[in-house]
Order: sequence, then structure tokens, then C-alpha cells
Amino acid sequence: MWRVGTVVALHDETSTARTITLEVRDWPGHVAGQHVDVRLTAPDGYSAVRSYSIASAPNPERRVELTVERLPNGEVSPYLTQEVAVGDRLELRGPIGGWFVWRPEQAEPIQLIAGGSGLVPLMAMIRSRALAGSTAQFRLLYSVREPEAVFYRNELQALSDQDHSVRLTYAYTRATPKDWPRPPSRIDAALIANTSWPAKLSPTCYVCGPTSFVERAAGLLIASGNSPDRIRTERFGPTGEKQ
Amino acid sequence: MTSNAYDYLDGNAAAGELSKIFVMDVTAAEGQCAHCGAIKHFAEAHIYMKGPGIVARCAVCEQVLLRLVEVRHRMLLDVRGMTYLSLETSQLGESS
Repeated sequence: MWRVGTVVALHDETSTARTITLEVRDWPGHVAGQHVDVRLTAPDGYSAVRSYSIASAPNPERRVELTVERLPNGEVSPYLTQEVAVGDRLELRGPIGGWFVWRPEQAEPIQLIAGGSGLVPLMAMIRSRALAGSTAQFRLLYSVREPEAVFYRNELQALSDQDHSVRLTYAYTRATPKDWPRPPSRIDAALIANTSWPAKLSPTCYVCGPTSFVERAAGLLIASGNSPDRIRTERFGPTGEKQ
Repeated sequence: MTSNAYDYLDGNAAAGELSKIFVMDVTAAEGQCAHCGAIKHFAEAHIYMKGPGIVARCAVCEQVLLRLVEVRHRMLLDVRGMTYLSLETSQLGESS
């Protein structure tokens, strides 16, 4: 079933990523971690469908925020990040997914691991936590290419400052800020050991990113003693339908 | 790793298309692989969607669990790779 959302705001997160705020009149509400499918139809009838994670926490205003990263040869993302204007209407299917979700009733420690724009559904969880007044302890390990590619930096910092129950770790893979202690590199066992919850606390782990990143991060979590049953993953890829 | 080593997504990516058929959320559903017997959430399946339609493979043994293709006004669904799929009714009306 396709719904219609009206674009009510646009905000650039980085030079290649934009947050689109939609108002969806018949939105049934969502849970942090869910996604929507967006369908674009050309005048000749050709249509393309892509999946985008919801960035916003569940809210009573029936607003849905999507943060879309522009892919160089993308069919849909260039339109969404460069052409879409306030007042435009987009077709949406969703909310979709009941497994890669965090609900405010969950009191256990939460480990979030994001690769690039895989941060988006995890940000919905962090926002949902704050909005619901949850006291669940969150840790976020955010692997990102370079400082300029970080999404929601100020908001993450503010949420982390006001409530020490959200601990942030940035791991840069290509370029770091000046005097950063860790050289640019992929996440590894030492980083997981130093920054994520000890496995004995049985955290629920949410990992989102490109497939290769997710496989690596999930493998490191299991190697450090986490049970595969406590690891929830969501993969996306530029060549697939999920971005 | 070769460039094609990770050319799959996961069951989350197929859930929108499958919502044309299933009223209940499939990502939280548990299914048993008919080949190796593994019981996993559908969200954990490896999904290949670059060709026409969708192919879901078992995350443990990589055998085919499900195939879905839409041709003109028909959808063809092949689920012989799963002995069963157990869906959560508590999800009804929330994320369907």
C-alpha cells in the first residue's frame, strides 16, 4: 500500500547527504529502526523503488525524516538530494520491518555500530530513547570516512553531553581530525574491546552499514563473546535496492 | 575479498516487496531452511535482488529459501526452500 508524503523541510547534513522531512497524513506511526520504500515514477510510467531508513523518532505529528546519501551513479538518490523541493509529494510504502527495531520498553544495554549512512536507523533509536525518557544505556560506535562525512554531529554531541548514558566513539577510515589518537583505519578487535559493552552484560547490538562493514562488525562482536542471537543487522548496498 | 563477495543484502531489504503478499511483517518471522534445518529470522536471510525478482538464501548454508518474481500482472512465489515460516501476530496493524 502506497501512501503520499508531502515534503515540508529539507536540510543538508553533508555535501552529499540531505534530510527530507515528510508529512504523511495517514501515517500509522513507526518504531525506531524501521524503513520505508520510496517510489519515483517518470512521466513515461517507468518507476524505481528504493529503501530508506527513517531517521526520526516516532512522533505524534505524523512526520517522517529520511536522510539520503547521494550515490554517484544512483537512479533515485540524486533526485532526492538535489531536485526535490518543499511542497513536492513522494510515494511511500511502510513503515517496514519489525526485527531491526528498538522499543523504549527495552531496558538492557544497547550497542549501536554504524558504517557511514548506516547511522540513520540507529539515530532514530537514539532520538527515540531521548524522546521516550528511556534510561537504557547506549553506546554508539560510528565508523565514517572523514569528519566532513559525519551526520547529525551537533545533535549527537548534545544528546551525549546532556545524558552520559549515550556514549559516542568515532572511528575514521580515511581522514581524521587533527591530533586524533587513532590513525584512519577500519574497525578492529581492539576498538570493539575498548569502546563497546563487555559481552558479559549481554547488550543487544544493532549493526547497520554496507554489507562488507556489517559482516566485519558482526564477526568482531561474535569474536569478542557476544551471542549471535543478540546481534541484529541491516545491510545496504549501492547496487541493491536498500541504501 | 573480491568485489562480488558481498553482493547480497538481507531480509530487511525484501520486506517492502513481500508486504504485497504478507499482511504481517516478514522480517521478524522465523523460518526453517529446508536444506540445513537452520531456524533464523527472515531479516537474517541473504537477499539477492540485482536480477529480475528477489532470491533469498539461507545465511548458514546459502541454499535458496524463497524466490519472488513479478511478471506483468502476476507474482510468482516459490518457498520450497523453507519448511515453515512462523509469523508474529502481535505485529499486525503496527508495521504491516
